[in-house]
Amino acid sequence: MSAKSITRLWYDRKFRRIIIQVVSFAVFLAFVLFIFDNTQTNLKRLNITPGFAFMDDIAGFVAAYPNMNLTGFDVNKSTHLDVFFTGLVNTLLVAVAGIIFATILGFVLGILRLSQNVLISFIAAAWVELMRNVPLLLWILIWYFAVILSLPSVKASISVLDMFYLNQRYFAVPQADFHGSFGLVFGAFIASIVISVGLARWAKKRQEATGQFFPVLYPSLGLIVGLPFLALAVSGFPVTWEIPVLKGFNFRGGVQLPAQYAAMVIALSVYTSAYIAELVRAGILAVNSGQIDAAKAIGLQPGRIMRLVIVPQAMRVIIPPLTSNYLNLTKNTSLAVAIGYLDLVNVFAGVSLMQTGNALEIIMLTMLVYLTLSLIISLFMNYYNKRMAIVER
Amino acid sequence: MMDAKAPAQTYPTGQHPQLVPPATERGIIKWFRERLFNNWYNTVATVIVLYIAYLGLPPLINWLFIDAVWEAKNNKDCWAQGHGACWGFIKNRFLFFMYGFYDIDSIWRPNTAGIMLASVGAIIVFPQTPDIWKRYAAMFLAFVFPWLAVGLLVGPVRFTTWDTTTGQMLTGLACLAAVYFAWRGHQNNDAMKRLFGLSIIYIIAVMVFCTWGLGLPELESRSFGGLLLTLVLAITSISVSLPLGIMLALGRRAHGMPALKYFCIVVIEIFRAVPLITVLFMAVFMIPLFLPQGMSFDDVISALIGMIIFNSCYMAETVRGGLQAIPRGQYEAGDSIGLNFYLSTRLVIMPQALKIVIPGIVSLFIGIFKDSSLVSIIGLFDILNVAKTSITDTKWIGLEWEGYAFVAFLFWIFCFSMSRYSQWLEKRLDRDHKS
Repeated sequence: MSAKSITRLWYDRKFRRIIIQVVSFAVFLAFVLFIFDNTQTNLKRLNITPGFAFMDDIAGFVAAYPNMNLTGFDVNKSTHLDVFFTGLVNTLLVAVAGIIFATILGFVLGILRLSQNVLISFIAAAWVELMRNVPLLLWILIWYFAVILSLPSVKASISVLDMFYLNQRYFAVPQADFHGSFGLVFGAFIASIVISVGLARWAKKRQEATGQFFPVLYPSLGLIVGLPFLALAVSGFPVTWEIPVLKGFNFRGGVQLPAQYAAMVIALSVYTSAYIAELVRAGILAVNSGQIDAAKAIGLQPGRIMRLVIVPQAMRVIIPPLTSNYLNLTKNTSLAVAIGYLDLVNVFAGVSLMQTGNALEIIMLTMLVYLTLSLIISLFMNYYNKRMAIVER
Repeated sequence: MMDAKAPAQTYPTGQHPQLVPPATERGIIKWFRERLFNNWYNTVATVIVLYIAYLGLPPLINWLFIDAVWEAKNNKDCWAQGHGACWGFIKNRFLFFMYGFYDIDSIWRPNTAGIMLASVGAIIVFPQTPDIWKRYAAMFLAFVFPWLAVGLLVGPVRFTTWDTTTGQMLTGLACLAAVYFAWRGHQNNDAMKRLFGLSIIYIIAVMVFCTWGLGLPELESRSFGGLLLTLVLAITSISVSLPLGIMLALGRRAHGMPALKYFCIVVIEIFRAVPLITVLFMAVFMIPLFLPQGMSFDDVISALIGMIIFNSCYMAETVRGGLQAIPRGQYEAGDSIGLNFYLSTRLVIMPQALKIVIPGIVSLFIGIFKDSSLVSIIGLFDILNVAKTSITDTKWIGLEWEGYAFVAFLFWIFCFSMSRYSQWLEKRLDRDHKS
């Protein structure tokens, strides 16, 4: 092959692309092999057995809260696999509560920021700026070490309405105790939802066909509240609230939310709500003022303008970034390790790793969990987003 | 009642003099009426807010300033002097907050680097400076400053390969090859060859410079702490992840190179889906396993590697946003004047794409700056960990609020000013686009 044809080959785009890929893949492969080789020697030197066999070893450390032990964790018998699941459940408990509270707080703050009242909009804006410009980790430490740990001890708990008790170790809240024919109430609740959905569909169809309007919102609200209540009354209120009572050094009855859990939920939801507030504000401002004028021109009432014109259009702008905020919140639950909340990173990637030394497997598995969680949330939100998106005809 | 007594005056149509609006419809009263008391619920809200402010603000100001203790030897001394915040604690441990365990006699070194960065950065940040200055300043910051900073902060860096004969011979050979490439490239006007030659010369020059390290005594990066460590982590990871992020973004958009493209996609998506703390754990616990025996990084370097990988993926997505905003015609224009991929990217695409995403990069920087506090979890003495240790010090125990408030204040000042700068920039760039 002459030098000229080699030059020609080099300037052939297709060929060059293949060469670049082959070379970079080879370099990458060499790097991976180098790392693999080093890892094997290092593992041998450190006497660590690679693989997931360690998951069946007894862990033998406390990794569950008394009232939040959804996995039935038993300190004496539980393996590292159980530790993994307990950590996962604790992570999810924080993430779910955080997402719910952050959404509520965020929407309220976002709407307050748009208030005509300068004082209120200023306070909302100041709150958002305060939250966003300080690291979350610092907020978690402040909520836990400075706020919650300065609460009184268990014996001197602060009582709220004689039902909730706050102290520096846990928040005691009443627990609903269902017994007897509670299934009837639950059935009534389901039935009322089904009826409401049916009613809404029927009303929409009728309005499209005849132009006549049938109120849906208030009857459905009445149904959803009234029917279960009726069922409650009929079956003789089969639910009792177990109210926490101080006995000796501890509270009996009710649910005791650990202080770390409370700190995590408060810090995460307050921090994330600042971001959500900004999204909500941007979303509402993004609705073209012509849309509102048009709605007024066809004679819609203010409430219906909000519900039929502003909210659907604002939601379209809000949902995609809201998804990434939910993802961030879920990922940020991993900061629990800073205050010793027993989440996945703390118990599994922390204590289990220290005990077994299988860093590779444990960190990979932890990452896989977050990867899966992220995937689930984004799939769900993509589905919701598709439903809300403009249907172009 | 004055008006009633005044004689009624009539004016011909269109001749009525301009009158001032009534007192309730102008100036501050109008503002108050419209913005605070325009209907009953806003009035109620205003009154409630003012009442809460009346209850809450005076104690807060008393605690922060009026009753605060500014000089103290320890916590008991503080509480004996007053009931307010104990700022004497911060004052007493100020150097620890700023530099951690860094050698106190050498703090002129980070200070010099900081002043250098701030003054050259100011040239870029201010819009009035001529473009050519900005260009030189940016080139200084990109190619010269990092090594000056390493020399100042750490001192000389040893390369083990340097000492062996093979290492020296290889370096010499590389040097010759580089000079040849650069010279040929210069003569034939071949940009690729020139770049290749120049970059090798640059790398060798950097290595030589780093072994000399300004001739200062060596200080371990392990001793970095406080605000110094936070800034070093944040600034290094942002400046390294920018070029890496650009490369990943270009790789993700590479046409006709599926292997490269999917590799970039997988890397970006994996690291964006996991929390930073797991990446830091990976860096601290897994990198030691990956290295050959006898070689190790200290924790600062490991944490930096983790942060850089993590942030590069976020940077890649930000840059990709800019690349997607460039119309196809720009790529075609680059092709049509015969630019190759490298030149059309450097001269046509990137300047436009990066300009669009500057606000995004600034907000990413705020995020990176805040996230750098996570290194305290893996035991580095960044400003958060410094505050934590100071609070648990027996001399100062019980001063959580003061310690955390000070750190929060520092973070707030940095992040808030950056976010304001980003908003201002966004407005400015937006205007540039329209004109």
